[in-house]
Amino acid sequence: MLFVLKRLLFGLALLVGVVVLNFLLIRLAPGDAAAVIAGEMGGASEEILARIRSEYGLDKPILVQLGIYLADVLRGDLGQSYYFNQPVTALIAARIGPTILLVLTAQLFAIGLGVFMGVLAARRPQGWLSATVAVLSTVGYAAPVFWTGIMLTILFASMLPLFPVEGMVSARFDGNAFDYALDVAHHLVLPALTLGIIFLAQYARLSRAAMIEVLGADYVRTARAKGVRERSVVFKHALRNAVLPILTVAGLQFGNLISGALLVETVFNWPGMGRLAFESILRRDYPLLLGVLFFSALMVIVANLLTDLSYRLADPRIDQEGRRA
Amino acid sequence: MHLTRRLLLGSVLSAAASLGGLPLVSAPADAEEITPGGSVVITSTQAPRHLNPAVQSGIATAVPGTQIFASLLKYDDNWQPQPYLAESWETSDDGLSVTVRLVEGATFHDGEPVTSEDVRFSIETVRDNHPFETMFAPVSAVETPDERTAVIRLSQPHPALLLAMSSALLPIIPEHVYGDGQDIQSHPANSAPIGSGPFRLADFEPGRQITLERYDDFFIDGRPYLDRIVIRIVPDPSAMVLALEAGEADILPFLTSSQNIRRLQENEKFAVTDKGYEGIGALNWLAFNTGEPPLDDVRVRQAIAYAVDRDFIVNALHRGVSKAQRGPIIESSPFFNPGIPAYDVDLDKARALLDEAGHPEGADGTRFSLTVDYIPGSGEQQKNIAEYLRSQLPKVGIGIEVRASPDFPTWAQRVSTYDFDLTLDSVFNWGDPVIGVHRTYLSSNIREGVIWSNTQQYANQTVDDILARAALEQDPEKRKALYDEFQMIVAEELPLYPINVIPYHTAYDTRLGNMPDSIWGVIQSMDELYWKEAP
Repeated sequence: MLFVLKRLLFGLALLVGVVVLNFLLIRLAPGDAAAVIAGEMGGASEEILARIRSEYGLDKPILVQLGIYLADVLRGDLGQSYYFNQPVTALIAARIGPTILLVLTAQLFAIGLGVFMGVLAARRPQGWLSATVAVLSTVGYAAPVFWTGIMLTILFASMLPLFPVEGMVSARFDGNAFDYALDVAHHLVLPALTLGIIFLAQYARLSRAAMIEVLGADYVRTARAKGVRERSVVFKHALRNAVLPILTVAGLQFGNLISGALLVETVFNWPGMGRLAFESILRRDYPLLLGVLFFSALMVIVANLLTDLSYRLADPRIDQEGRRA
Repeated sequence: MHLTRRLLLGSVLSAAASLGGLPLVSAPADAEEITPGGSVVITSTQAPRHLNPAVQSGIATAVPGTQIFASLLKYDDNWQPQPYLAESWETSDDGLSVTVRLVEGATFHDGEPVTSEDVRFSIETVRDNHPFETMFAPVSAVETPDERTAVIRLSQPHPALLLAMSSALLPIIPEHVYGDGQDIQSHPANSAPIGSGPFRLADFEPGRQITLERYDDFFIDGRPYLDRIVIRIVPDPSAMVLALEAGEADILPFLTSSQNIRRLQENEKFAVTDKGYEGIGALNWLAFNTGEPPLDDVRVRQAIAYAVDRDFIVNALHRGVSKAQRGPIIESSPFFNPGIPAYDVDLDKARALLDEAGHPEGADGTRFSLTVDYIPGSGEQQKNIAEYLRSQLPKVGIGIEVRASPDFPTWAQRVSTYDFDLTLDSVFNWGDPVIGVHRTYLSSNIREGVIWSNTQQYANQTVDDILARAALEQDPEKRKALYDEFQMIVAEELPLYPINVIPYHTAYDTRLGNMPDSIWGVIQSMDELYWKEAP
């Protein structure tokens, strides 16, 4: 319990640090939100510019703005989006679901298929399957995510129109909840595949290495000597022990997944937080951008916390303080 | 369904044709039998801030805004005003008042009637809050003698008023919703608008999608024909094109990329048109910072104009999808003066002008160097032209450094604070010169920090006087003569070098009938749009 509390406090401190740092960094960029809004309005007068600035508090010193912002955040108020003129929390609430759906699907796909590929490869480390897995995973890892996305779109949405080009739900959608889920799943395939492919490589290589090591261990030889079936040896005895490094990496990769999602969402017009972040940067929509960064940081911190906990479930030898006993 | 005038006309025509024994050739699209119903998906690369055009300019708000809100007038494809919420309108002889008579039975989407009080409230709101201050600045009062009559009193004659009463420029907004004392710029109803247009808002997902549904009590019987319009935000134009090809979208307005336009032109399932953008009048030009040497010298500016090959930009860089533009007023406008000099490319003349201006060639052939900025994000229309200048202007001894801006605010800040030599810029005419043209040339509009003001810092008393007179002149011919003179002067003095009309195109499914083709295109009511055959 103490451990969890410690990690929670640490996470909280990290979150405050992230907020302060982001706030200061963003303000260093030239140009302000009032200019963007005025630009989108078709060029506004000084009066309107001044009114926008004072309405959003942009005319106050930066440290005062920081203080006001921190106080608001503590009260659970992430402010109003300059651009959309709506509460940041409401805008993020509408976007966080799609991002989590995309990230988790990609993660599950990458871990599931990656580990499976790794295990297959590990059984004959010098075999052709192992080599194929190594090549495929390296290509998947090396290809930029936007390139993979565009290629998949061209192949499977344009030339061979199996999947939709963009979005999460068809613009024409009009049906019940079940149809909705089907429509979303249909739209989810290409983005999740694109995002998953990068990480697939890592899980495949990682599980291959871990499995090779574990399969050479004494207890595996013992199991085999006892006459345990090979499938049982691999998946019950070996994999269970090889899974620890995979869990660690899965937790650490969560942050990368979220930043990868930013690009994937942009390529596929997936209505998640990544696109919201991208657009809020271009528009200097500080409250919205800070809100998105806040939630991204929160998601990463929570994911790492969960990893730590699951680590301890998977390996009872790890004690209260997180050390190996 | 009530018989509409158009349907009646259609049946009368076909009856006449069959009675007279004439061969029944295919009737024009708008006289065919119309089956109402269906939905249309329109894409937009930009996400609107909100949906109230009364306090927000720009096409992102205007497309949904003109479906939700009705204006007093429509404009046809010949620049002529047509009745809409106003069934009639009359300007007094002295030009100091305009009397508007509203149609009977128009209601807002909440069921309340549209009255002259709403007209007064809307005009005052736009006058006091819209960035285009010149539209209603001369309005001193709006009187409302009865529920359906509004008398607009003007402090001076204002011929631009009628155009300013059309499209997204004057949405009639309900006073009982927006007049509740809350700040209009951040009014919650801007994102949950109540208008009297053909479609009402069903769902607004910021940055994602706007869903509009047929308003059954729309004041024109039987309209709109469509049940639903979905405006889908797709920031990437190429994804938009793929979506159209895949049948996920039906109308792609505001296409500019020559690659996308050419690609869709080759597909017989789609029609591609550049009609419907005359009102917006989107121009692309090279602006000079006339406040600093060497560009304060008109000869240097003319030399640059002679050095730039406009035809190369239009035909090669834009692959022929753009139209050349010579002056400050879009060439399809009745106010355009075709007699202005074009500055056809002439490198010798350019060199001679630079010599004359006292800029001899240095040892390395360079006379002086300038920077050129461009609006980030629009490669073909802006960045590519900047890159072209970098290779073209050294031919006459002008070194060019292309200066990129990471994003729009950075560019806007540089240009509006005069931290530039040359910049490419895109500015809209918005129908009447008073609304979109004067702002670029009036010396009173040199306003630091304000983008799309007179950022060239051009000041000429004669131009100021002509524009002031043209704003008041009620006689269309005299008004045209004033603008002719204005165009001649600025083509001579060249505070900016016009390059091309931004090649906005609309691609749409050919099974759609009555595609909006007025000067306002898709930023005017789409109540007549229908499916000729179900998609």
